[in-house]
Amino acid sequence: MNPDAAAASLPADGHEAEAVVPARIKPVRVVSARVSVRDRVVEIWRTRELLSYLISTEIKVKYKNSALGMLWSMVAPAMSLMIFWFVFGVVLKNAYPSFVIYLFSGLLFWNFFSTAVSSATRVIVDRAGIVKKVSFPREILALSSIGTSLVFMFFQTAVLIAFMVVLQHAPDWHLLPLLIPALLATTIIAAGLGILLSAANVYLRDMSHLIEIVLQAWFWACPVVYSFWSQINPRLGGFFFIYLMNPMAPIVLTSQRVIYGHTYVHLTTPTHPGVQLLPTWSGWTYLAMDSFLVVAGLVLLWIALAVFGRLEGNFAEEL
Amino acid sequence: MAAAVEIDNVSKTFKLYHERGTSLKERLVKARQSRYDELKALQGISFDVEEGETIGILGRNGSGKSTLLKCICGVLQPTSGEIRVRGKLAGLLELGAGFQPELSGRDNIYLNGSMLGLTRKEIDAVFDDIVGFAELESFIDNQVKFYSSGMYVRLGFAVAVNVDPDVLVIDEVLAVGDEKFQRKCIARIKQFQEMGRTIIFVSHSADQVRTICDRAVVLQTGEMIGMGTPGSAVRLFRERLLESDGAPPAEDTAPSVDQTQKEEKFQLRVREVFTSVSELEDPVLESGDPFSVTAVFRVKEKIDSMVFVLEIHGAKGELLLRTDTDQLGLSTEAPMGEGRITFDFPSWPLNDGRYDISIGAQNRLGDVTFDWRENVASLEVIYHGRAAGLLNLPLSASLTAGGPIVRKVL
Repeated sequence: MNPDAAAASLPADGHEAEAVVPARIKPVRVVSARVSVRDRVVEIWRTRELLSYLISTEIKVKYKNSALGMLWSMVAPAMSLMIFWFVFGVVLKNAYPSFVIYLFSGLLFWNFFSTAVSSATRVIVDRAGIVKKVSFPREILALSSIGTSLVFMFFQTAVLIAFMVVLQHAPDWHLLPLLIPALLATTIIAAGLGILLSAANVYLRDMSHLIEIVLQAWFWACPVVYSFWSQINPRLGGFFFIYLMNPMAPIVLTSQRVIYGHTYVHLTTPTHPGVQLLPTWSGWTYLAMDSFLVVAGLVLLWIALAVFGRLEGNFAEEL
Repeated sequence: MAAAVEIDNVSKTFKLYHERGTSLKERLVKARQSRYDELKALQGISFDVEEGETIGILGRNGSGKSTLLKCICGVLQPTSGEIRVRGKLAGLLELGAGFQPELSGRDNIYLNGSMLGLTRKEIDAVFDDIVGFAELESFIDNQVKFYSSGMYVRLGFAVAVNVDPDVLVIDEVLAVGDEKFQRKCIARIKQFQEMGRTIIFVSHSADQVRTICDRAVVLQTGEMIGMGTPGSAVRLFRERLLESDGAPPAEDTAPSVDQTQKEEKFQLRVREVFTSVSELEDPVLESGDPFSVTAVFRVKEKIDSMVFVLEIHGAKGELLLRTDTDQLGLSTEAPMGEGRITFDFPSWPLNDGRYDISIGAQNRLGDVTFDWRENVASLEVIYHGRAAGLLNLPLSASLTAGGPIVRKVL
């Protein structure tokens, strides 16, 4: 039966059962091996409230029995921040002014992306108990990992702001809105990858180990601890776009451009008077790159949902 | 009437791998040689569940009941075919599935409720009902991991029935919880039925199916072998399973017993059943009169432990009496050859109505059934007395004048 027809015929039905139950249009849910991506998206939208519950549960549960609680979510990023600052700023003496802010602005987006992708990859296997017994769009689980990482990113942003106030380092206020497309692009790409990998991990459990390694390598392909414009670009010549094919590179650059602000810096060492730390591009170039990534991310997300839909049918058996 | 759930030619095939690697290395190495058996858990199941109807699903372990329920709930996707569910569905595949042990009962109600498709406002509205039904008022802010299993189950059931679903799917979960809570659940299910909601119900207990359901479906090794009134479905369930592979109707039988059962097939046959009134021209029994039911049987091989079971069901399928010859003090040894067993009621204690009688032969534990005749005879009873109610008990009253007044001391 056509689902729409079924719903439409309901009020005219007039059966006594309907007299007790106030006539309402009941959504028809179809369980079959083939459900279109559009229907999947509609289902996910319907269950959006569950998403917020899962995220708050995740955050509540994660540090429930630990003395420092939520602070632990800061410890790992703070640690990597300190190490990079010590190694590159103090030991290797790169002499960029406010190097901590430069690092932090790149790490902020990278940490979000990497924790989102790696936690989403494991989520279906980790929550096998629910997946086997309760029915809801499973994509929600992967999305909840993304959402949880996003919340932790906001915590880190608060710390970053504190740093900026203490160091009296102002962002580039005019370009501040650029963070929105950058964050949007990161979220969408992380969601696409996360959904794709969470399904793959059910069938190939090594995926979660593999992705950890890939993420480690990926980190060094992003200009977080070094400068793309002054250290990488000159060696690539006209092929700089190859470097920018890593979607996280333009995002990290956008964040640095906005938060760090200075493109040309005067070094604190006397031998080198100054260096072009960040690209000389205008704000529109960043906007164009980030917008392109949003669109590309949406395509990836669409593919991920289609693949997820194909694989989902056997989750309960495989887990 | 519109169908609440349409099950359209649904099949589900599981691949049972002999040895399957879940790591990439194993997959690559064994890519060509991963062999598997196909298990057809469901084959071309089609039926509609009308709105407001309660459908029971009968079948022994491995018949595909749970697979079908999981497909209806959307936990599994069918290999082919389609299931259309109209309205909100709440599945009780396992009570308290999806509870997060670290969270409080309160948080879990919200989490579980939203998993079943409720909005925050809707949960707020039924929150007190849920807590009341689960009788957890004083524990609701404790972490669920400190709950007893009974509390856990009560909370799970309370959430599921209070989300006000259009379709409620229940998988053998009523077997848990104490008797008082079970009665409460059944009462709640009946209330659901009165509200015109649809229920799909799987139970180990044929009696529960008989009392609760409007119709029942019988599954056997993934195929639907029948659908009809609960009485006829229970009958089919017991009889077909018996003749097809000698499988006992008791669900929790170990496979090894199946095997021995197969070899010992036709050890005993109940050949005929008659009652003291069945020969009469007008087979009506007057309440309070003596009544007897007799089964003629034949034993082919020696059986060590065997009892005859008598069941009497009321018109709605409710079980009024189940007893067996061991309980009645007879030997559990079966005599070889022809024999007859007679159950004698010196006085039939039930008032007007129609009663169905089933007779079977089982071993003493009830896990091996040698033969079973479901609803093999029925009985019309009339009552000429003037008392109201179900029972006609031997009863007299006496009235005495005078005597001391006895006061009850509190």
